[in-house]
Amino acid sequence: MPAPKRIQLNDSGDVTVVTFSDSKIIDEDEIQELGQELYDLVERDGHRKFVLNFSQVEFLSSAALGKLISFEKKVSTHDGELILTNIRPEIYEVFAITKLTKLFQIKDDEADALAVL
Amino acid sequence: MAQHNWSSEVKRGIASRCGAHLEVMDEILVQLKALGWSDQELFGVQMALEESLTNAIRHGNGKDESKQVSLEWKLSSERFWLRVQDEGAGFLPAQVPDCTDQENLTACGGRGLLLICAYMTHVEYNDAGNCITMEKIRGEEENALIDVSS
Repeated sequence: MPAPKRIQLNDSGDVTVVTFSDSKIIDEDEIQELGQELYDLVERDGHRKFVLNFSQVEFLSSAALGKLISFEKKVSTHDGELILTNIRPEIYEVFAITKLTKLFQIKDDEADALAVL
Repeated sequence: MAQHNWSSEVKRGIASRCGAHLEVMDEILVQLKALGWSDQELFGVQMALEESLTNAIRHGNGKDESKQVSLEWKLSSERFWLRVQDEGAGFLPAQVPDCTDQENLTACGGRGLLLICAYMTHVEYNDAGNCITMEKIRGEEENALIDVSS
């Protein structure tokens, strides 16, 4: 199984910590690839609890938001849990403008997320 | 109203291909940075460019490479002005579902126009719905819908 290109993975107990590899998530092909790598974690690998660490992310498009929403749905339908962390203020504002702060659980950092998962 | 003193005024066409807008986007951002725009302000400009150009390529022209996206932009140390026109049938912005409504929160599209309006001072569509004009004036509140057609 090839190593994912768009994400880096670390396990913390039964939680999978996902760090995005790209600083700008805008390229349509890369977003498709990112989505597939995230879906594989649920459908192929059977992971259920996730922390998505945004520390590397400086910019993302609405297409990337759409992919994150699809991933959230996928995790939910498998009775999993998902928490977003380490979101810089400019990116948090994008979530706030689109009201996705109501959809996603967001914590300051990985430790805060792991404490509740 | 006094004519604004623009530092650059450019018209260009780009192909309706995924990623064809990235070079132009970078060119505009580099010029604005040189004109003294902050990284935070450039984030909003990049969002408006990314969303309007990919909307035109993907939804307007359906990624048909025989169709062009026409761009016009004007830059200064105080203002960013952009017009993006595609060759598509257009759409009615008022009919785009409000993606911030609770029942639409999990819809996977419809956020581009909301983000453009959030970061720009003025945003306007033509009647056909295939041409968007926007302006960001530094230091002014975003999200007012007024005439920026000239």
